Amino acid sequence: MNFSKIYALSLRHIFLIKSSFPRLLDLLYWPTIQIFLWGFISKFFTLNSTYYNNTVGVILTAAILYDFLFRSSISYNMMFLEEIWSRNFTNLFISPIKISEIIAALTLTAIFRTLIGMVPASLIAIPLFGVSIFSIGPALIFLLISLYIFGVTLGLLVTAGLIRFGPSFENIAWASLFFLAPLGCIYYPVEILPQWLQLIANALPLVHLFEEMRNILINNTVSYLPIMKGFFISLVYFAFGIFIFYLAYFGARVRGTLINMGE
Amino acid sequence: MNVKVKDLFKKFENKIAVSGINFDIKENSTLGLLGPNGCGKTTTIGMILGLIKPSRGEIFIDGIDINKNDRIRLLEKINFASPYIELPKKLTVRQNLEIFARLYGVSDTENSIDQIANDLDLKKFINKKTGELSSGQKNRVSLAKSLINEPKLLLLDEPTASLDPDIGDFIRSYLEDYKRKKNVTILLASHNMSEVERLCDEVIMMKNGNLVDEGTCDQLIKKHGRSNLEETFLKIARGK
Repeated sequence: MNFSKIYALSLRHIFLIKSSFPRLLDLLYWPTIQIFLWGFISKFFTLNSTYYNNTVGVILTAAILYDFLFRSSISYNMMFLEEIWSRNFTNLFISPIKISEIIAALTLTAIFRTLIGMVPASLIAIPLFGVSIFSIGPALIFLLISLYIFGVTLGLLVTAGLIRFGPSFENIAWASLFFLAPLGCIYYPVEILPQWLQLIANALPLVHLFEEMRNILINNTVSYLPIMKGFFISLVYFAFGIFIFYLAYFGARVRGTLINMGE
Repeated sequence: MNVKVKDLFKKFENKIAVSGINFDIKENSTLGLLGPNGCGKTTTIGMILGLIKPSRGEIFIDGIDINKNDRIRLLEKINFASPYIELPKKLTVRQNLEIFARLYGVSDTENSIDQIANDLDLKKFINKKTGELSSGQKNRVSLAKSLINEPKLLLLDEPTASLDPDIGDFIRSYLEDYKRKKNVTILLASHNMSEVERLCDEVIMMKNGNLVDEGTCDQLIKKHGRSNLEETFLKIARGK
């Protein structure tokens, strides 16, 4: 891998964010709105639910972590969509950059886009609702890494769809995370789901990660086993995402869609 | 760089886009790729760039098959400009050139950008967003991007389409001058016959995916008994 080329591609998105206040505002706005919305819901549940009454902010912490996942995925998709919208797609694919370097550049740049929104939003939650995701402790790092890998994986799958089906696949980009959210058991234990859905849910990393998040906040104990399980499941999906991306790329070369993809 | 295209064939589902064509581009020469819309020019260019996988046939660039070998290594020495693809509109001209200079592994990015900005008269708007430029300015920026790596093989798809005569002439003059100074092989797809006569050493004519004629402009004009390339093109395109 050539890191200079990865940096060049990242630079394209850094320039874009730096030069566009609406884009920066968009990155900050949605996570902050989420914090306000779930902060008040969380506060209400904390005061009125026996399940949550000893644990301030379980829902809000889940909302922040879920938004982190969501932003990771959307950041990845958005950067790829920017190439399509700006009709720069062909320029990118005729430049001497490997597919692995494109994936690496998008993966590394997505974290900046994600953190631009998530860091201020997470900090706002501390004085406003008295909830700090940092109370999870060192396990938070592993939760975030696992969620990031899975978020990027969803981004990879959606971008593979964009290459395969063209810009019309864009709507799926926005819907993908909402589709998985019910199965992710972000706000409720997995036992709530019917048995057959639990089987599917357990094959996703989210269940293991969010179950453990709740365990840490409610019982004040940490078990790294579910986190590692979530992490490895995320890695498997990530490898699958890369495979699908390559498949879509080679398919697009056969169909000739790389040369005229645009709005 | 020299290019050898052998039995190049591309079929999209039920449509044959390119039907087993053969041609060579000699090193440091300019080959005109002519033909009516939909005749397979863009598909041919796409296959030379490795963006489209041929259904059959081979493309050798300096003896290396672009579909079987390290395409990335070859792409470092190739570039492409077309008015139908654009650079990110929200980025300034300088930012766009910097990104592509880095992607192509240009060693002295700053100097290369300044040099090409000077040559193509981009300095007045180099810090403007690309989306705010006129189409003539955009075309010059697109050409600058395609020359940023000093390519040994340059593919141009209608580089002066929709430009006023003054800017069109500026680009043609620049390309003539550039070719004299640098060792570059050019494949030029164009509908502007005077441009082709001025820039190309040889031309090939495509129709319905087939290569229907080839030679120098003079040879083709003479062969078809016409007075200029435009009339020759019309005769071949209309088949009468």
